[in-house]
Parts: sequence; structure tokens; C-alpha cells
Amino acid sequence: MAARRGKTLGAAAVHGVLIAYTVVAIFPILIVLVNSVKTRRAIFGDPLAPPTPETFSLEGFATVLARSSFEIYFANSLIVTVAALFLVLLFGAMAAWALSEYRFPGNSLMAIYLAIGIMIPIRLGTIGILELASALDLVNTRTILVLVYTAQGLPLAVFLLSEFMRQLPRELKDAARCDGVSEYRIFFSIVLPLTRPILATVGIFTMIPIWNDLWFPLILAQADQVRTVTLGIQQFIGQYVTDWNAVIASLTLAILPVLALYLLFSRQLIRGLTSGAVK
Amino acid sequence: MTSLLAENAAAGAGRTSVRRRRRPFPWHIVVFLAPATLVYTVFSVYPLLDSMRLSLFAADAAGVRHFAGLSNYVTLITDPRWAGPFWNALGNNLVFFLIHMAVQNPIGIALAALLSLPRLRFRQTYRTLLFTPTMLSVVIIGFVWQLILSPVWGVGKGILAAIGLSSLFGPWLGQEGTALITLSLISVWQFVGIPMMLIYAALLNIPDDLVDAAVVDGATQMQVFWRVKLPLILPTVGAVSILTYVGNFNAFDLIYAVKGALAGPNFSTDIMGTLFYRTFFGYQLQLGNPTMGAAIATLMFLIILTGVMIYFFVIQRRMQRYEL
Repeated sequence: MAARRGKTLGAAAVHGVLIAYTVVAIFPILIVLVNSVKTRRAIFGDPLAPPTPETFSLEGFATVLARSSFEIYFANSLIVTVAALFLVLLFGAMAAWALSEYRFPGNSLMAIYLAIGIMIPIRLGTIGILELASALDLVNTRTILVLVYTAQGLPLAVFLLSEFMRQLPRELKDAARCDGVSEYRIFFSIVLPLTRPILATVGIFTMIPIWNDLWFPLILAQADQVRTVTLGIQQFIGQYVTDWNAVIASLTLAILPVLALYLLFSRQLIRGLTSGAVK
Repeated sequence: MTSLLAENAAAGAGRTSVRRRRRPFPWHIVVFLAPATLVYTVFSVYPLLDSMRLSLFAADAAGVRHFAGLSNYVTLITDPRWAGPFWNALGNNLVFFLIHMAVQNPIGIALAALLSLPRLRFRQTYRTLLFTPTMLSVVIIGFVWQLILSPVWGVGKGILAAIGLSSLFGPWLGQEGTALITLSLISVWQFVGIPMMLIYAALLNIPDDLVDAAVVDGATQMQVFWRVKLPLILPTVGAVSILTYVGNFNAFDLIYAVKGALAGPNFSTDIMGTLFYRTFFGYQLQLGNPTMGAAIATLMFLIILTGVMIYFFVIQRRMQRYEL
């Protein structure tokens, strides 16, 4: 009896701590979302109150949409992220397949060469990247961002994908080889479909840093028509710092799509993080 | 003897002819490897090497670059105009990292330990919510906290008042003595999800019979954690630490979003990333200096490389031995 009561108390304490920390983790985000639909007076008058019919207002969003090209920034982020993601997954899977399937001289050296980028941040070569971009006449284009992000995402993708591909059953590939199927078809129609679960995980890991990045857009693509959301928000807030409605609305516009995508794919992401794929 | 040689030769010939018949040259391996290797080499490895090369050059007044050996590095470390900011940024960066190690990892371990308790309800919900800040852009997080800590809005003060601590509130982000600690804690708040998840995964991988054996012997959950689980997850703690190290010595976005390129007040939040940016791009009236920037980037590379080497050759090796 006493033991059970102790256990219930213990469970209550555990939930108490977890709930307290969850509030700490969520509250700052929540308070921005809540205040984004309130009047200026209500934002300052009672920041913690939810919006009521009297305090409801979309003036912040109106300012953001009128004074910035938010929809263009959003489209840019989407184009850059999707294009880089596609290239990382395609090129990464191809390289991972070559490294995990074929024995050839220099195989492990190649694997190490590609893995260096996991630990050494690509940002350290920024000056070289900018010089290269000007030489190729790619400054202020989405293309340079796609190329740089592809190079940034490849090392981890190749590493995770080749670890996974090593575990694929031999029989499938060998059966196909006996039937005289070409190596390319084996990869594209047998291996790639089998890789789908881990492709999703690798995709999420690749996508988040690209979407959230400030550094490369700031250095390589500042122009208004190629600006990404993260840079766009940073510049917008710098300009309208005193317009709290606009600042809070712009933050909300940046948070919502990521939050929606995260809540949709969180199972997948957390399974990927905890499956031991990343150690 | 001769027959043996002949046999060898025949076997050799047989092997080559088989190989030649099956695949003359494995072009498909080249095709599979080429795109990734090419993009990675051209846009990641080459620029890094080019930056290092550039750090050995200096530009004269007309902007013409000439070879200058290690003079950029000597200037950076000895010339008072450069050495002051450099050591300041390096010191601040070290503080930034140490705060992460001292706060982020213990909280991450504690949350992971709670989440991995057997028969915990709402586990999935907690995990999802606790990881949310980690998903958002550092820039967004920086602005969100700037609003909350702003004395103008008063949310931070209001919350402290609610628990009777309003006298503690101050313009933490604006004061020289507290700005760096505040920014470090904001970063810890955002990224605590990463150690939490990785350590949670490691805890799930601990075989049940190890834990059961301890419980049968009468150990409490607390004892099981300290005596059985913690020693087993030390390799993961090591991996988390090196990830934190690399991330911290490469950080930039948070400081730039909250404090701008000048990393105020009075450079008290300046870290290597912001120093690199300012040197390379210039700020206000100061012109950018790419070769000096390249020297700073190269030093950042060496700092990160040293940490990674220590991890792989000292820490990881020792831990594997410990595990055995």
C-alpha cells in the first residue's frame, strides 16, 4: 500500500517536472503566436491574455504583407530547400550505394573524404565560396544557395544512407544480377524504393538547417527577389523594430509553416533520431 | 615448380578473363560517385582550401594581393588592434561553450532519463513538445527572446513578479556583464532537444535484463540511473559534447540576430563567428578585409579540428575501452 502510494507520488513528481519544462519550452513560442492576432494596446496591456473579440486584430499581418515581399521570400525558401533536398537525396543515395555495394581501390578513403564534412562546417570556407560565386557569376542567385546547401547536406546523407544500405539483403540484388539487370536499374528500381524509410529521416535532417539558415543568404543572396524567409524576417525586423504588431506577425509567419510541418512529421523525425541512425 | 607456376599463371589468366568478360571497367561506380563528389569538392572542400591559401596573402592599398606568409596570423595575435578583439572573441566563445556543457547536457540527460522511465504516460506528447524549439530557426528564437526579455514589453518581468522575484529582472541582453550569459542560455534553451533525444535513444538501447537485474537486487530508479545507465550512456554524452563544441565554435546567427554584427554591448557577446563576419565584410566605416577574414576562418578551422581530433583519438578510444 505504502509502496504503491510512493509510486504514484513518484509518477506525479515526474509529470510535474516534465510539464514544468514543457511550459518553459513552449511558452515563448506560444506567447508570440497568441499576441500576433491582438491589437497593439492589448499586446502591451495584457500580453498573457488570449485574444478576445475586442482585442482581435490582424493589423500586424497586414503591415508585413504590405511592406515586405514575404510571399516571395517564402517561395524562395521553398525553391532552394526543395531543390537542395532533392539533389542531396539523389546524389547522396547514389554515392552511398557505390560506397556500400562495390569493392574498389580507394573505397574507404573516399568514404572518409566525404565524411569530413560532417564535422568540419562548410561555413569556414565562406570566403572561398563567395569568390567562387563571383567567378561563376552566381552571386544573388538561388542557384548558388542550392549548390552550397547540396554540398553542405551530402556528407551526413552519404554516411547515414551507406550505413543503411549495407544492411539491405544480398539476395534481391544478386537475383537481379543473375537476370542480367543493369547496375543502374538495380539501384533505381530495387535499392532506392527499399531506402525510402531512411530517405525520409535523412531528408528531414537535411531540410531543417537549410530552411533555417541565415549565414549563406546573408552573404551570397541579399537581393530582395532571391531573399529567403530567414533573411527576410531578419531584415524586416531590423527595419520595423518599433512596430510590435508587425514584428510579432512576421515571427508568426515564419514559425507557423515549420511548426505545422514538424507536428505532421514529428513521429518520423523522432523515430529517425532514436532509431540509432545517428550516434 | 614449373607446374605450380603454370597453374598460377593459368589461374591468373582465368581470373582476368572472367573479370574482363563481366565488366571491362566499372563505369557505373564512377557514375554513382561523381555527382556527390563533384558538388562536395567544388563547393565545400575547394573553397575551404582556397580560404586557407588566401589567409597567406595580404592586399595593398590598391587592392592587389601579394603573398605575405604568416603575417596575417602574427598581426592577429600580436598587433593590439587585432589581438584585443581576437582574444576577446575566443574567450567569449569558450564561455559560450562552457555554459552549454554545464547547463545543456545535464538538463538533456535529466529530461532523457525521465522520458525513458518505464510506463510513462504521454511520452510521445512530451517528446514532441520538448523538441519544438530545436526545429525553429535560431534567428526566430533570438527575436522571440528579445521580445520576452525586453523591459518595454514586460512579459519577462511579469512572469518573475508572478513568482515574487520581480526585483531580479534587469535588461539582461543589454548589460555588458549579463548579455553573453543570457544569449548562451537562450541557445541552451533552444538546443537542449538534441542531447535529450540522442541520450534518450541511448537509454532505450540499454538491454532490459541489465536494469531488471539491478531492480531485483533492490536498487531504486535513482540508483539504477546513476550506477547502471549513466556509465553506459557516457559514449553518447561524449558524442553530444563534440557536436556542441563544433556548433558553438561555428555559431553566428543568434548573436547577429539579437545583437547585430557589432556583438554589443561593447563587444561583450562577440564570438569567433561574428568576428569573422565583421572582419571579412566590414561594418559601418570599417572596410572588409578578406585575407584577414580568411586567417580567422582558418584559425576557427584549427580550433574545431583540434576538438574533433581530441574526441576521436582520446575520448572515444578511452570510452570504448571503458565500455569493454
